[in-house]
Amino acid sequence: MTLRIPTFLRATLAACTLALASSAQAQLSIEITGAGANRMPVAIAAFEGESALPRAVTDVVRADLERSGIFKIIELGPSPMGAEAPPDFGRIRSRGADAFAVGTVAPASAGRHQVQFRLFDAAKQVSLGSQAMVMSPNQYRTTGHRIADYIYEKLTGEPGVFSTRIAYVLKSGSRYELQIADADGSNAQTALASKEPIISPAWSPDGTRLAYVSFEAKKPVVYVHSLATGQRNVAANFKGSNSAPAWSPDGRRLAVVLTKDGQSQIYTVNADGSGVQRLASSAGIDTEPSWSTDGWIYFTSDRGGSPQIYRVPGSGGDAQRVSFEGGYNVSPRPSPDGKSLVYVSRNSGRFQVTLLDLASRQTQILTDSSKDESPSFAPNGRMVLYATEMGGRGVLAAVSSDGRVKQRLSVQSGDVREPAWGPQPRN
Amino acid sequence: MKYTRFALSLITIGLLAACSSSPKTDGQAGAAVEDRSSAAASGVDANRVVPVDANSGGLASYPELKDPKSILSKRSVLFDYDSYVIKDQYRALVEAHAKFLTSHPNVKMLIQGNTDERGSREYNLALGQKRADAVKKALSLLGVSEGQLESVSLGEEKPSCSEASESCWSANRRGDMLYSGEF
Repeated sequence: MTLRIPTFLRATLAACTLALASSAQAQLSIEITGAGANRMPVAIAAFEGESALPRAVTDVVRADLERSGIFKIIELGPSPMGAEAPPDFGRIRSRGADAFAVGTVAPASAGRHQVQFRLFDAAKQVSLGSQAMVMSPNQYRTTGHRIADYIYEKLTGEPGVFSTRIAYVLKSGSRYELQIADADGSNAQTALASKEPIISPAWSPDGTRLAYVSFEAKKPVVYVHSLATGQRNVAANFKGSNSAPAWSPDGRRLAVVLTKDGQSQIYTVNADGSGVQRLASSAGIDTEPSWSTDGWIYFTSDRGGSPQIYRVPGSGGDAQRVSFEGGYNVSPRPSPDGKSLVYVSRNSGRFQVTLLDLASRQTQILTDSSKDESPSFAPNGRMVLYATEMGGRGVLAAVSSDGRVKQRLSVQSGDVREPAWGPQPRN
Repeated sequence: MKYTRFALSLITIGLLAACSSSPKTDGQAGAAVEDRSSAAASGVDANRVVPVDANSGGLASYPELKDPKSILSKRSVLFDYDSYVIKDQYRALVEAHAKFLTSHPNVKMLIQGNTDERGSREYNLALGQKRADAVKKALSLLGVSEGQLESVSLGEEKPSCSEASESCWSANRRGDMLYSGEF
């Protein structure tokens, strides 16, 4: 593989390589701090033959399902149950499981393994489906996430998000790292390391690129960064500040905030930096654009005297005010189905993630913390990832859109902030 | 002589090309670059070599900018909470910098606006821009050319003080004036 890497990027890449070597100590650890009221009891038997892998895939599956807050894991003990043997429904039912999975891991060609698993309804004693996949031994995590996604979708009717990735910024001392990790916080990798701040990472709809704001030029500049190659380009570096990138649903354009013509205003630009166009005009600040799948751009504006949420058609047009309660509503993110919105509202001095149902106009504060920032939806709309503060340190947290399921992701040292939940991987 | 001038313009073209190594974008520029092309174009003495110290960025020739006894060594304007108005106490400071810039039209200034840590990072970036713009506007009204000034925001990202207290927050509601070579 030969890549043409501009000289000014080589130093950064070298720094990234160093960071990769030391990323183990910066691993995110996850803690479940709240679960749903009626969790479905499920059992995942140890798969036959999985002891040949570096770690059992079923450990990953159980941890994923448990973490979702929707399932309660019923332990069946260490004895494996293969995909082909007729299951002992009575024994599993007596343990209280409504559904269960069994499976077999068998050697395949070239040092790889074939995994076959089957999901059963324990009460009706019928198969809900089966799947087979081939993996190399060190892919036990990826494989586990895919099995968990399959089970989640079969049992809830919605796609799982266990195979997705998250981006966030880790600040340790005066060092900033833009990191990418699996949705469970494992497998963290550094995409960019810098001595200057990095904020507002935004995933391209296909999950291959991130747009973000880096201050490495002593001012905010918007970059687009291809994760697989490390190549990046400037998407907006006009006179003044350049910030708040948001991708269009087709991945071709970015909404960005520029000050080249005065106050912070929203423009759109091609991902390569060409074709800049003004999207909206106001006498105040317009910032934090976020594109919905149904074509709106939601944003924060203080045109009415206090920061509130507005929306404008992605092709331009008149703005409509969306938030009305309270004097500080910022950082809007529409849900994947476009029916609701999360944002941060200030309530008696506390900054909290709030959900707004766009049809009924009902709002619900989802968190009990007080320094929430940067909410973003999981691609299935079930969970909201955000940054908050715990014991004076920046941590990431996730809450279900009904406010019941709660998780916290933190590192041993350093501040984690500016999270963005990535899209479903395209296989 | 002609030959030398030709060589110099080649160098200039080379420098310009180096500056535009980032992808082509409409009217976009990198951080401000000091303009030295006028000296080459006028060709007063084509053999003259102007030494440039990459570390000082040419600031070495203006010791008053770093002399603690000079008002020009003071670079920060502090703002009240939720305010973007330059207070009277900073009038003399802003006037001194305006005078320096008008008498040194080749020198450029980057004005960085800052906010305290409370609230959204991107909204704070926009608020910091208002502080930087206030300083820029004051300098413009005092006769500084638009081309010498760039106002940007660092939002809440570069606090000079990092405790969650009012005294700290007020130190972070700030506009900083940086000269070519300092950014």
